[in-house]
This record gives sequence, structure tokens and C-alpha cells, in this order.
Amino acid sequence: MTEQSKAEAMAVADLEQVYDALAEAIDRAGEAHDRLFLTKLVLLLANRCGDRQAVLEAIDAALQDL
Amino acid sequence: MHTPDSSPRASLYYDYKIHPFKPAPEQRGEQTRHPVAVVGAGPIGLALALDLARYGVASVVLEADVQVSEGSRAIVFTRRSMEILQQVGVAERMMEDALPWRSGNSIYRGQRVFRMEAPYDPDDRYQPMHNLQQQYLEQYLVEQCEQQSLIELRWGTRFVELLRNDDQVELLLDTPEGEYSLQADWLVACDGARSPVRSQLGLRMDGASYTGNFVIADIKIDIDLPTERLAFFDPDWNPGNTVLMHREPHGIWRLDYQLPAGETPEQALQPESLYGRIQAQLDMVGIDAPWQLDWCSVYSARAMTLPDYRHNRVLFAGDAAHMLPIFGVRGANTGLQDSQNLAWKLAARIQGWGGDVLLNSYSHERVGAAREIIEEAGKSTRFMTPPSNGYRLLRDATLSLSLSQPFVGPLFHWRTSRAHDYLDSPLNSGDKADNGPLTGAPLQNIRLAESDYLFDHLGGAFYLMLFAERPLDEPGLQLLQQRLQQEGVPFEIVQICRDLEQNDWPLLADPDGRIAAKYGAADGSALLARPDQHLCARWSQLDLDRVEKAIRIALGKSN
Repeated sequence: MTEQSKAEAMAVADLEQVYDALAEAIDRAGEAHDRLFLTKLVLLLANRCGDRQAVLEAIDAALQDL
Repeated sequence: MHTPDSSPRASLYYDYKIHPFKPAPEQRGEQTRHPVAVVGAGPIGLALALDLARYGVASVVLEADVQVSEGSRAIVFTRRSMEILQQVGVAERMMEDALPWRSGNSIYRGQRVFRMEAPYDPDDRYQPMHNLQQQYLEQYLVEQCEQQSLIELRWGTRFVELLRNDDQVELLLDTPEGEYSLQADWLVACDGARSPVRSQLGLRMDGASYTGNFVIADIKIDIDLPTERLAFFDPDWNPGNTVLMHREPHGIWRLDYQLPAGETPEQALQPESLYGRIQAQLDMVGIDAPWQLDWCSVYSARAMTLPDYRHNRVLFAGDAAHMLPIFGVRGANTGLQDSQNLAWKLAARIQGWGGDVLLNSYSHERVGAAREIIEEAGKSTRFMTPPSNGYRLLRDATLSLSLSQPFVGPLFHWRTSRAHDYLDSPLNSGDKADNGPLTGAPLQNIRLAESDYLFDHLGGAFYLMLFAERPLDEPGLQLLQQRLQQEGVPFEIVQICRDLEQNDWPLLADPDGRIAAKYGAADGSALLARPDQHLCARWSQLDLDRVEKAIRIALGKSN
């Protein structure tokens, strides 16, 4: 199972909790720091995930439909 | 009429000596054809002339100025540079003053977020890095050249024009006593980043110029900190930018800081700006000692190379051939490797023991090295001076994470200059290495005894290294050596034997197999090193026909 499919398999309740926590954290970081915060978060998650290909695929996926 | 400034340059620690212009034999109507003309008496041109002299090749070195370079300029010399400088006879002199070191620190918000120690092997004579101001290196090289009858150093002699580049070269030179033309078989341009020879040939470099200017300033100050690299990221007084500090000998410290975007070099060198920023940096580090400014300059980070270092009888080396970001100590250190690569090949070409294609291999190997350095330097440069919004955001995120997340530390790695492995060189042949240095890589030094190392014994020659239980008594070896020496090929045999009691050069005792292990060499195997100490072939079993063939390949004479 790839990291990506693991992430997709996250339970709806868990995903909702992450959704709220991320929204609140972005608000706490404030407009001056939200980009920095999000970039740090991606580096931390990338390091936790440890799967370069999964991270690169996620970067591509996030770039779509902006 | 060329009139070089003949007043000694100002310095707080270095006593500049004037080398007055002397009229050249050509100006008295004597015409000689010099084997090699070197334009530029910087470290690369001088090291090249000395290296050529090791093979008995005479050269004339042409220098526009009448004194060594202004300011400290190149201050960090790598182990490989010291090994090259040892070959041309100035390393010992340098070590009297030089400050050896190996640790680098990255500092953010007053916290050391990454520390790295460059590896040091007890088999190496030299530490990974040595700090010494460029004037001293140039002075020692000049003094060494003055001892050498094959080298003629012509001060106050400016290159004006290349008049010919066909079956010989002819240069138009300008001096305090007017112009003259000089004939030579070969011209090596070691005339620096703004190379007049390069402009004259209309050659363009490929690569990138990074945005951002840096100030380098040398100050005389007493600071009680060890000789280590200090890199300060995003200091309060210079937000978003990077500041470097290095200890130099003779009570001098180098400060290197990036300028805010849009500031011109003229603005940056205004005394109030310069003094204010240096003081702000010292305040941040907590140093309140008095200081004086010795020298300062502005530079920009560039990563460019000529695509070819050979243009018929004109060869390029050092900054004339490539311009590399200096914060990985890549300028002079890369140039010294150029000169070492070129010297034996040019000597072989001139004396007939090497083919003409050897000089193409110089370009092949060294352009390859420059491109690899540019690729590596790009990573450091993108971190130190982010070129875009995205790179800046990632750098800032990394800085912020570094205070609590050690995993980002390696992103601070400063990737310093190292010796290039000529893995795809046309001069390589033989078997593949399973262990030990790869074919194309430099030899590894070996500590033989107290202050006695393998490289101390090596000169400008090919070395066949044989690994065996006891010395081989093989008549074919002597015959091969004689045959090569008759053709003028400098060739020596070193035997590394487990069954020997003590070293008796060229026999080396290796009772515990330490040297063999280091070289990944089993009993009966053989290695062939070029005169610049790079491996060009290895075999698991010695075969004299293959050795001879490998030497022909390495001399560009295989066809």
C-alpha cells in the first residue's frame, strides 16, 4: 500500500479533525506567517512520510486546478 | 604605454614588495620562441609554471602588475590544494602560517542549528581546510619561481593582443618601455575572472549569474574564537541574508555579507554603510574589541564555465576558464586542480611523450569538473541566496524548523571544493574497482611513519603500484621501465609488500595489509597512477602488456 493510498484511506472523522486543526493553525499563524507555516508543515510531513515519490506526487496533485 | 602602479599597496598586516619591470630580451631585439607563455602571475599561473618546470619545461610568466594581489582574496585552501602545492614546493612554507580547520557552524537566531566536521583521515598529511591570505601564497610561489632557472617572471607586462594562434602563438605585450611581441609554442591564460585573453578570443561562458551582491571585508581584530566556518542566517541587522566569518592568520578576520536587494556596490562600500554593518555583525556575536578595516570588495555569485578550455594553442585555467561561487572555497582550489591536470599533459605534448589529444582530455576532464562543481554550488547558492519566492520560502521554513527539528540540518551542508574524480576520462582503462579509489579518482595518501607520507615521495611521473606478498623479481618490469624512460615517459614502480620488515622506497612494507585494504587491492593486483596522482587503471592481476597499453591510452597515444 503506498503512502498516498494510506492517506486516502484515512477515516472521515480523522480527516475532519485534521481539516479543523489545519484551518485553526493557519488562522493562528496569521496572514503574515501562513505561507511559512504551511511550508514548514509540508517539510515535516514529508520527513515523517519518508517516501519521496509520494511527496512529489502530492505536490503535483496540489498544483492542479489552482 | 602600460604604467603599473608602483607604490606598494596598503595593508595592515602584509608588506608589499615591488618587483620592478625589467626590459625583456625581445625589447633589445633578441627573438626567442618560448615553449610556454603564461598570462597572469596569480596562484594558478605560478603553480603551473612551477609544475611545468618539474618536467623540465621552460615558461615565461607575464604579469601586468608589479606586486602580488591586493587584499586577501582566496583565503581557504583545501587538503587537495595543499597536496598540489606540496608538489610544487610551497606547502611547507604555507603551513608555517596557515590555520588548519575542519568544522563549520550554521547559526540562526543565536542558536547553532547545524555543525559539520569535514572528515579527516589520519593517513592524510593535511587537514581538510587551511586559511591563509592569497598574498602569502603568491609570495611563496614567486620566491619558488625565482629559484627556478626554467621560469622567467616578467612583471609590469600587460597582455594586449593575440596576434597569432596557428602553429605557434604570438602575443602583443605592453610595458613601461613600450610594446613588444613575444613568440611561444603555447599560451596558457591564467589571467583571472576578467581574462583579457578570453575577451580577445571573444569566448562566452555558459551558466548562471545569481542575483545578489556580497561584500567581503577583512578587519584587524582580536577575537577569541576557533578557526571554524561561521555562517549566520537571517541576522536581525541584515534580514533574510547570510553572513560568513572566517579567521585568517596575522590577526585578521574575514566578514562576508550579502547586500539587501537593489543596493549598488558603490552604496555598499560607503564608509558609513560598511562600518555600521561590520559593527552590527560584531555586536550580534557579542564582540566589543576595537577593529580596523584592512580591505574590502564587492562580488556577485556566478556559476559559469567556458565550454572548452582549449582553443588550438591557447589553454585556459582558473578563473579565466570558470567563475564559481566563492562561498564553497571553489575559486583558487578548483584552479589549482586545473593547473595540476594541465602541467603534465602540456609537458608530455611538448616533449613528445604524450599525444596532442592529451590536451583535449585536459578540457574534457576539467570542464566536467567545473560543471559538477556548478551543479553542487547551485544547491548551496540556492540556500544562501534564494533566487525566487519559492526558494526563499523553503529556506525560511528550513531556518524556522532548524531550531527544533534536527532533520533539516543537512540542508545547511556547505559542500566545499573537493578533488574531482575523472570517472569518464578517455585516459582511463583497466578493470573495474570493487573497493578502494575508483579509476579516475585521486590516490589516497598513506602515513608511512612520523611525518612521512606516500605523497611526499611522489614526483611528476606515472606510478605503477604493485601489491604482493614480497617484491616481484620480474625482468619484464625493468624492461618496461627502461623502454618507457627511453621514450621520455617518466615512469616509476612502487611495490607494497606484506612480507617486508621496513620501508625502503620504492618498496613499502605493509605487514598488516593496511595499505592494500585502503586501495582495495588484493595480492597480485596493480594500480597505475598518472603524474597528477589520479588513478588511470587498475588490474586484479598484473599483466605487463596491459600496463603498457594503459600507459599509451593515458598518454593519448593509443592510436
